[in-house]
Amino acid sequence: MAAHLKKRVYEEFTKVVQQQHEELSAKKLRLAKPSKSAALHVDLCKAASPADALQHLLHFARRPVEVESVEGVVRILLEHYYKENDSSVRLKIASLLGLLSKTAGFSPDCIMDDAINTLQNEKSHQVLAQLLDTLLVIGTKLTENPPVRMRLVEVACKHLTDSSHGVRNKCLQLIGCLGPVEKGVTKEVESQSAKDVQKIIGDHFNDQDPRVRTAAIKAMLQLHERGLKLQQAIYCQACKLLADDYEQVRSAAVQLIWVLSQLYPESIVPIPSSNEEIRLVDDAFGKICHMVSDGSWVVRVQAAKLLGSMQQVSSHFLEQTLDKKLMSDLRRKRTAHERAKELYSSGEFSSGRKWGDDAPKEEIDTGAVNLIESGACGAFVHGLEDEMYEVRIAAVEALCMLAQSSPSFAEKCLDFLVDMFNDEIEEVRLQSIHTMRKISNNITLREDQLDTVLAVLEDSSRDIREALHELLCCTNVSTKEGIHLALVELLKNLTKYPTDRESIWKCLKFLGSRHPTLVLPLVPELLSTHPFFDTPEPDMDDPAYIAVLVLIFNAAKSCPTMPALFSDHTFRHYAYLRDSLSHLVPPLRLPGRKLVSSPVSPSITPNEDPCQQFLHQSLERVYNLQHLDPQGVQELLEFTIRDLQRLGELQSELAGMADFTATYLQCQLLLIKALQEKLWNVAAPLYLKQNALASTAAKQILEETYKMEFMYSGVEGKQVVIIHHMRLQAKALQLIVTARTTRGAEPLFGMCEKFLQEVDSFQRCFISELPHMQGSFVDKLLDLMPRLVTSKPSEVVKILQTTLRQSTFLHLPLPEQLHRATATIIEPTGESDNPLRFTSGLVVALDVDATLEHVQDPQGTVKVQVLYPDGQAQLIHPKPADFRNPGPGRHRLITQVYLSHTAWTEPCQIEVRLLLAYNSNRSKAAKISKSTWSDSMEALPPSENGIEGTIPFSKPVKVYIMPKPARR
Amino acid sequence: SFSLGPGAGQDVGRSCILVSIAGKNVMLDCGMHMGYNDDRRFPDFSYITQNGRLTDFLDCVIISHFHLDHCGALPYFSEMVGYDGPIYMTHPTKAICPILLEDYRKITVDKKGETNFFTSQMIKDCMKKVVAVHLHQTVQVDEELEIKAYYAGHVLGAAMFQIKVGCESVVYTGDYNMTPDRHLGAAWIDKCRPDLLISESTYATTIRDSKRCRERDFLKKVHETVERGGKVLIPVFALGRAQELCILLETFWERMNLKAPIYFSTGLTEKANHYYKLFITWTNQKIRKTFVQRNMFEFKHIKAFDRAYADNPGPMVVFATPGMLHAGQSLQIFRKWAGNEKNMVIMPGYCVQGTVGHKILSGQRKLEMEGRQILEVKMQVEYMSFSAHADAKGIMQLIRQAEPRNVLLVHGEAKKMEFLKQKIEQEFHVNCYMPANGETTTIFTNPSIPVDISLGLLKRETAIGLLPDAKKPKLMHGTLIMKDNSFRLVSPEQALKELGLAEHQLRFTCRVHIQDPRKEHETGLRVYNHLKAILKDYSVQHLPDGSITVESILIQATAHSEDQGTKVLLVSWTYQDEELGSYLTSLLKKGLPQSTA
Repeated sequence: MAAHLKKRVYEEFTKVVQQQHEELSAKKLRLAKPSKSAALHVDLCKAASPADALQHLLHFARRPVEVESVEGVVRILLEHYYKENDSSVRLKIASLLGLLSKTAGFSPDCIMDDAINTLQNEKSHQVLAQLLDTLLVIGTKLTENPPVRMRLVEVACKHLTDSSHGVRNKCLQLIGCLGPVEKGVTKEVESQSAKDVQKIIGDHFNDQDPRVRTAAIKAMLQLHERGLKLQQAIYCQACKLLADDYEQVRSAAVQLIWVLSQLYPESIVPIPSSNEEIRLVDDAFGKICHMVSDGSWVVRVQAAKLLGSMQQVSSHFLEQTLDKKLMSDLRRKRTAHERAKELYSSGEFSSGRKWGDDAPKEEIDTGAVNLIESGACGAFVHGLEDEMYEVRIAAVEALCMLAQSSPSFAEKCLDFLVDMFNDEIEEVRLQSIHTMRKISNNITLREDQLDTVLAVLEDSSRDIREALHELLCCTNVSTKEGIHLALVELLKNLTKYPTDRESIWKCLKFLGSRHPTLVLPLVPELLSTHPFFDTPEPDMDDPAYIAVLVLIFNAAKSCPTMPALFSDHTFRHYAYLRDSLSHLVPPLRLPGRKLVSSPVSPSITPNEDPCQQFLHQSLERVYNLQHLDPQGVQELLEFTIRDLQRLGELQSELAGMADFTATYLQCQLLLIKALQEKLWNVAAPLYLKQNALASTAAKQILEETYKMEFMYSGVEGKQVVIIHHMRLQAKALQLIVTARTTRGAEPLFGMCEKFLQEVDSFQRCFISELPHMQGSFVDKLLDLMPRLVTSKPSEVVKILQTTLRQSTFLHLPLPEQLHRATATIIEPTGESDNPLRFTSGLVVALDVDATLEHVQDPQGTVKVQVLYPDGQAQLIHPKPADFRNPGPGRHRLITQVYLSHTAWTEPCQIEVRLLLAYNSNRSKAAKISKSTWSDSMEALPPSENGIEGTIPFSKPVKVYIMPKPARR
Repeated sequence: SFSLGPGAGQDVGRSCILVSIAGKNVMLDCGMHMGYNDDRRFPDFSYITQNGRLTDFLDCVIISHFHLDHCGALPYFSEMVGYDGPIYMTHPTKAICPILLEDYRKITVDKKGETNFFTSQMIKDCMKKVVAVHLHQTVQVDEELEIKAYYAGHVLGAAMFQIKVGCESVVYTGDYNMTPDRHLGAAWIDKCRPDLLISESTYATTIRDSKRCRERDFLKKVHETVERGGKVLIPVFALGRAQELCILLETFWERMNLKAPIYFSTGLTEKANHYYKLFITWTNQKIRKTFVQRNMFEFKHIKAFDRAYADNPGPMVVFATPGMLHAGQSLQIFRKWAGNEKNMVIMPGYCVQGTVGHKILSGQRKLEMEGRQILEVKMQVEYMSFSAHADAKGIMQLIRQAEPRNVLLVHGEAKKMEFLKQKIEQEFHVNCYMPANGETTTIFTNPSIPVDISLGLLKRETAIGLLPDAKKPKLMHGTLIMKDNSFRLVSPEQALKELGLAEHQLRFTCRVHIQDPRKEHETGLRVYNHLKAILKDYSVQHLPDGSITVESILIQATAHSEDQGTKVLLVSWTYQDEELGSYLTSLLKKGLPQSTA
């Protein structure tokens, strides 16, 4: 590398010189060492004007410098520095010095003295600032060297009196980054200076330039971050800075106050203008609360964010933040929240409010009203009403954090959070719903609050609704009316947005299991049973009815008296649901009901086991029976595949596993079928037309193996080998079929070559696995390899054919977890009869909303395909931001697909589907081989390994569109 | 100093304030009173100048926003009384103001048949004199007078104005709103520290609840009624609240996927919506951010109303003018729908006594309409106030932001203002005024007078002491020359040179007696050590002849001629070192510390 660089430097050097006089250049070439420093030296000497020199330096800065020559380069730069009159060139040199000292492996202590010396005579403020910056770089590289740091800090202190803000800025930064933080460890002198550092920085809190003030506060924060304990005396200085004219100063000061409040929470500070004293953390809390109504939104966001992490604050201060005394015409007025609470506690429901319902009551003493509230009063009320949504979100977050640590505060802030559910910005709404969920352990919702919460269920945004369902999963409801209300609203939600079905059922499951006693009195009404009359049996396929049943069955789990209220059909429905929606319906102990208790009695809880057992048994059977007659093998395979598929449908946990193995067996079956064809024995010309089966089988196997490799998450190395092996067999089959059908050896030659290469790479990739593959196709093939390489294509084909037939069938070991990637397109639904009309040649945006399960890295792999009726296909890569991750293994794609086409006469359907793109280069096989065979993999041509393709993994959805011809 | 007059002191309606600031006269707003139909509806402009043209007297007129109580008298003032100077207002105000004036003119002239009123042409001519300003744009009215507009919320295009002459400044707020609403942001001003802040005080004694509760209530009521299949009537004024409510309902409909139609009555509202669409930059964060996808004022769910729709079956929401249900479309619809208890009317604002709106709000269920007809009101009546004025807290917040030296309250009721005045004085320690209508208030300011200083002198003087500190005044030595109406600060040498005078040195001497039995030079040494210990920042030297110098001040210790135990310290300093000299003497007069060594 270094040699390469030197060579380049050399080239550059000659080039530069050639631009000069020619006879001179020849001479110089011999004289000059081809090192970078020399080249630079010459350049700088040659430079006629400052601008010229600057050009050289700029050019120079673009190239890296090797570690050995850094010092030399620095010396040359310094030499020029002293000679240079133009400040811009000096500035550039100074910045280059900093850049060079950053070079990895270079220790800058040798150039430090020189760098400090340059400061002595410098007049230009900008250059001074840049030099100090360079010193900062040097200092940060030499952090383990206290004397050096001390020295640099001294230098910085000396320049603090400079009249330029830039220099003072840099000095403070330097002190902040390098000032000594370890106290009293070594000498008294050091602790003395440590104190000094804080004092020095503190003195600049009152600097005339706001930028320097900011830098001073930042330096102080930097010291804190580096572990220095700041003195409490800074607190009152910082408090004064809160009233600064400049927002960046205020913003930094808020941070400083926060830091101090965390350091000295329990110290006592006096309240000005009174004799009282309060804890520092309370005082700081009050001050930061005050900043929530600052003029600058940056400060407001900062303040609101920091409030959340001040958990030590006393509770009455905390509760003040939600307090706002209302008045109207000098009379005390109750807030809507208070009124709602009162209505609730008086047992009355909203009375159809009239004008004047909120009429102010008592007179207030004008003297007692404090308009500019001191301290925390109403900080959150203001923050949540702020005009910028950034502030509102920060306030909601802070509320969340504070409420998590204080249950009483959580109770109080509920009203405000509920109000935020109606914010105009969706992010804020979502955030407040999430917040509510996080604090839901601490709270119980009142009915009127629940009412407001439930109203949001009609929101058209799926995110909001789902978040709300999650919230309802973990909320506590206080009354049975509440439960009823929630159920009614959820059912309304269900009829309005049928796609929410799963989410609603899940929500009701938790709602039921959390409130069994509240559900109990509702059961007769919900099931519409009657003590004397039989009521008609409800429709079992009605999602709403299922929802009700889910609620009841989950409640019944911990409420043994409930099943007594069920009618006959309820038990039947229970059995059915327990079977079909086992994840939502818990096992119940139903006394005296044989029908239910016998098949799924709760005593046999590990009922996954039989399924798993079944799976393994059936696979075992297949693997053992290799020596049956071909007919028998085929039949067995067919039955097993059918069983496995059914098992996958029934048992969702095993679906991935079952599908995976079924696919594998399917491949095997196809292979056997293809090899069993009678036509292999027939002379070639005769079955030309009949080769269809074998070649399609080969193609299908190839496709299936790609699916197996890329569509399942949890596939391990062992499986990958088997899959690749299967693919190799398919390729062999393909080769044989082609050999049979094509005349002439020319094309065959290439194919053989390619196949052998593949065998070779297979061997290299999976060399560690080969011992496990006794008697397999590859195993046999590798034995014959020397013969294959030398023989003619026709020979090869013959050998392949026999090995393929003789080879045994490999066991597919199953991994622990296997999940198949699935996708469901929720939108477009494909039900609309109204064509999407647009002018041809222009685009129309189609909203696509889909859920993806078990897709790894969906941002890279999931594509949307649009098929037009004329066979034209379009592949769209959704933006990474379009994917959301609502839960582990789940993703949601919400994107817009742009369609366009030339004009049609009739509306027609296009197909939209999701594809999973794969690239065998990125495959797991490559990953495995990298570890074993890293170097030669690089050498392999990518075309050989890099097969790219797509697997459709969602049902296609049809959309009616109608491009109209443009009107002119 | 300022003086103010004449309109709107302690009264809501007919805003008109005259400010004289450093010799410039500015008229703030030119409103009319809606309650009067005679001469009293316009401000009395003869107050400004008895004889002589207004144009000569006034330097400019500033209109804060388009409400008629702030701009209604403008055509009368400029065309009928006669004013040709510049009129400043923001772009949206300039666009919407003539529509409202024309509407107002139509009602008074065409409907009520009044004469002696301004004509359409006059409105047009008047608008030609208007200069539109941008937010935060500093407009130089003439060489000395400059104005600057700040965002005020309230209605589209409402602005607060800072008026500045030299170093004196006034901020006039007009009407403003410190809490954001569905379509406008909150008022904002920087820390401009004006000499006077003229603030409205409509809600001087009110602290309002969060807007969200009211919005939620409103939406819930509408939603419930619509779900029941009922019809909702919302009588509104054409501008301002109507747009806010439209946005509120539109977003709610969008959010909740509702299908029931919403209508607004055509005419003025439609025209105004057009302007709201154009002036997106004046709206709130949400609308500004989302307008790339869709302009919020291009309503998807809200359509224009046709008279025939009122009889359509099924649920609907209708916005209709006027707001107090006293006439026009809103009353017609009300009469049609009043009989059905499924329906609802929501009054979003205040209703004047005597109107149908006021009657139903106060609970009257049987109304007597014209022609002895009795209308029974079965529909639900709701009141929902959305006010766009700052409440007491908001006013205080603005004062805190701007940090004025004086506050003047206008546009409010005297009794309420008294309370706020007291609060302002108590919490900010600034003077607060609340003049009555037509009263003039004079406020004295402490103008700072700029003085030119020669760079040489400045550098020399700053080099002497410590770093300049922004917060503390710094003492400087120089000679002030007042010549040709300009002030210059120059070094004494230069002043002498310019005046052609010779320099005289003035020296003070002072004797301090000290009880010290020791010898003279020992006393000298003690004094030296003492001073050295105290005056660390100064150069203190002990000269070989026994005298001490502190900077250029000389101190000599001699024995008293009569009493050997007493030493006389002779302190001598030049006039320039007066400060240090007098400090030293006072220091020495306190005596020397009892020597320990």
